[in-house]
Amino acid sequence: MDMSGAAFPDNVSRALADGKLQYAMTETGPRFIQKRAKAREALPEFDQLRDQARDIKDHVLANLDVYLERYEARVRASGGQVHWAETPDEARAAILGICSKVNARLVTKGKSMISEEIDLNQHLAENGITPVETDLGEYIIQLRNERPSHIIAPAVHLTRDQVEADFRKAHTHLDPNRDLTEIPSLVEEARAVLRQKYLAADVGVTGANFLIAETGTSIIVTNEGNGDLTQNLPRVHIVLASIEKIVPTLEDASTILRILARSATGQDFSNYTTLSTGPRRAGDLDGPDEYHVVILDNGRVNVLGTEFQDMLRCIRCGACLNHCPVYNAIGGHAYGWVYPGPIGAVVTPALIGIENAAHLPNASTFCGRCEEVCPMRIPIPRMLRHWREKEFERHLQPAAMRWGLGLWAWVARRPALYRRATALAARILANQGHGAGRLASVPFASGWTQNRDLPAPQGKTFHQLWKERRR
Amino acid sequence: MPPDAPRVALFVTCLVDLFRPSVGFAAVKLLEDAGCRVEVPEAQTCCGQPAYNSGDKADARALARQVIAAFKGYDYVVAPSGSCGGMIIKHYPELFETGTAEQAAAQELAARTHELVSFLTRVMGVGKVEAQFPARATYHDSCSGLRELGVRDEPRQLLASVAGLSLREMTDSEVCCGFGGTFCVKYPGISDKMLEKKLKHVQATGADTLIAGDLGCLMNMAGKLKRQGSSVKARHVAEVLAGDYLTPPIAEAE
Amino acid sequence: MSARETMFTRIRARLPAGTAAQRAAAVDERLARHARNLVPARGAGDEAHRIGVFTAMMEAVGGTVETLDDVNDVPHAVAAYLRRGNLPAHVRRGVDPLLARLPWHRGGAIEVAEGRAEESDRASVTRAFAGVAESGTIIQISGPENPTTLNFLPEAHIVLLEASQLFGSYEEVWTKLRAAMGEGNMPRTVNMISGPSRTADIEQTIVRPAHGPKNMHVIIVRGS
Repeated sequence: MDMSGAAFPDNVSRALADGKLQYAMTETGPRFIQKRAKAREALPEFDQLRDQARDIKDHVLANLDVYLERYEARVRASGGQVHWAETPDEARAAILGICSKVNARLVTKGKSMISEEIDLNQHLAENGITPVETDLGEYIIQLRNERPSHIIAPAVHLTRDQVEADFRKAHTHLDPNRDLTEIPSLVEEARAVLRQKYLAADVGVTGANFLIAETGTSIIVTNEGNGDLTQNLPRVHIVLASIEKIVPTLEDASTILRILARSATGQDFSNYTTLSTGPRRAGDLDGPDEYHVVILDNGRVNVLGTEFQDMLRCIRCGACLNHCPVYNAIGGHAYGWVYPGPIGAVVTPALIGIENAAHLPNASTFCGRCEEVCPMRIPIPRMLRHWREKEFERHLQPAAMRWGLGLWAWVARRPALYRRATALAARILANQGHGAGRLASVPFASGWTQNRDLPAPQGKTFHQLWKERRR
Repeated sequence: MPPDAPRVALFVTCLVDLFRPSVGFAAVKLLEDAGCRVEVPEAQTCCGQPAYNSGDKADARALARQVIAAFKGYDYVVAPSGSCGGMIIKHYPELFETGTAEQAAAQELAARTHELVSFLTRVMGVGKVEAQFPARATYHDSCSGLRELGVRDEPRQLLASVAGLSLREMTDSEVCCGFGGTFCVKYPGISDKMLEKKLKHVQATGADTLIAGDLGCLMNMAGKLKRQGSSVKARHVAEVLAGDYLTPPIAEAE
Repeated sequence: MSARETMFTRIRARLPAGTAAQRAAAVDERLARHARNLVPARGAGDEAHRIGVFTAMMEAVGGTVETLDDVNDVPHAVAAYLRRGNLPAHVRRGVDPLLARLPWHRGGAIEVAEGRAEESDRASVTRAFAGVAESGTIIQISGPENPTTLNFLPEAHIVLLEASQLFGSYEEVWTKLRAAMGEGNMPRTVNMISGPSRTADIEQTIVRPAHGPKNMHVIIVRGS
């Protein structure tokens, strides 16, 4: 996958022509949408909770330094260790260091978008440590050497037969004649294979949906139970999280948790919401001996205090993806990096630079559905527009478009000239329509006419006709 | 017109002006029927949204200033477009620094600007129209009108009063048609895919007429319908409410 | 400068200057007060209401619920559940005092082993720290009384939930937790479990189980 947005047009063409992807995406979007709508309807307080959740996160961001300090103190008081990482390199090094210290050979992983951001798996593998994804969707794409195509449903772009093919290729120790035509049989197989990994792992790495400052707690949210087996069975539990995951108290976490699963999958609460604090206690019969939290910046501090700050409220629910007609048309991989969909188009330029992701904020109609459903009320279209402003300032847009729009504005600022130019254009284009009322091709307008006709003007402008009729 | 009839300035919109003046005349008729005195300020050209959405705030501001000046003094400003309406109402104030006179002027304009159908119903209290328009229709909710201005029930309410018109809702009426201003020419493949989905839903209703409140959306959808060889006719809601079934549908000739 | 120092310096540079002291005070005040935000009305009501809401939600996701009036009937109920599910008459539990006190002989030939979950355990019994009606959720606390592995490794997870500890909302759980552990203290793990394990990662088709238990059976005991 190309790191930069420059490959976007190619990605898009491929995605639009990919029959399997199109089938998968057509089935998925409506389902997520309906489920969320149903969950929202069933909870009268839903929208008020969104407002409160937004306020909680804004308060945290306005006091992030203090909250991070309080959080770190509580982690250490409960026997855990905190590692600070400004860059992906530092985060990888910290994690590798922890693993090497315990001579880890096998690392199980709960779902973590941050680990994708820092390319953790590759780094571990290069250093002789085998990482195994345990979330079923993540496991499947690990087999395919792909990135996740959706924030919470990593394999949403695949069909059942593709998964069957992947399992047959990877699980060569199993009977080749086994029947995998039904989806439950695939899940059963994954369960059995991964069971062994859980029990054998030396280190478990999870992400964190939230970090609670009051108690030094990390929260993970899953339906499968994979995160719990990952963080409970090995000797070492590493939490990898970014700085904006902090929430103040257990009560504040509860407020946001109430809208997370409902926005993501339409569940009132995900099956397993787990709060972890420190290593096992004296007397515990299970749990890790060591608990580490690696806290990552990777460009987020630079967003604080800017017009982009609101993006740091994101709780990675994926609702914006599910409701986005662009995402539903092209799938997640087309976005070219870790975070797809509307939030991906906002976050990616912040983390890898707008010059490397220039297309993403432009591939939007500003329909506003994302903002409408975002539980944290992030004004995504506004953020995208801000990125377009940055691109304009830095001349990153195609010259022809900038020139064309600039000319349009120049003429529009001169009403008398505009009146004459539009009257001329109306007449010419109306004639070009040759009485059919539409044009199949227009010079300089192939972007329009390659897929649709251009309705012909009626022949005179409104202003011309208005003047005539009012005489 | 009685002396206390509200003075309404029509914001024509650049698309209506260039491509389909009949929408503007239908809007004038509806406004006059509702008891308004309609004027059309000459110094209007474009609301500036193309510049704004391309990140060119300077040009957007310049055009906003032009609009603010041209529409001073009217009781109301009405646009047959949720998109242009949204630009003036929601975004003009954002173009200027908080606390400045310019922002105050933008807010003042925004406060008296309306999209056409919501103006008729919410401000002028119009509950029905005296129009005939025989058609089996379906209605597309343009994104700006819907999400920026909350226009959803009003067009349906008025269309229900049009004699001879039956309205059937399409699946996903509120999903974007793929126009998005320059989006449809910058990313024609994605736009086309969105259009295909939209038109499938339109055709599934069995409607012979597609209605919407924004000409950009309508030109996008009509252009594709014609390319597909479809007989579905595309009309602006103003034209239907004004009973103008004589003007050829969008992208069709006499 | 360490990464920690540079990160904090950079963060502070982006926050309003000269406000460090009052911001610290505001944060500490919020943490100390840990005030409740809006609590949905759904779980609020008398015991019968809470049991009703809890049961409906747990059953909707494939869990099963039964209600007893006498805690001494629990072993019999456990044994019956295992028989219904064609599971061997063997369960693993922790050293939870309530579970230990139960008349297990009333469960017939049921074997009750103590400790953390073993690979071969097919059923576990835990006693919930609390339940939450608003989402049909069980709360389990780590420790020797109810080791966390009992919640995840066996294919059947049987939970004893006292009705008096079945609260309407999560906030009431935190109140109880703080009273039990002291302000700011937590056990290693608090599990909030709302049904049997599941996944929808292949073609959005829900399949049970994924990696956790296939079945979850909650025994609510009233009047305890």
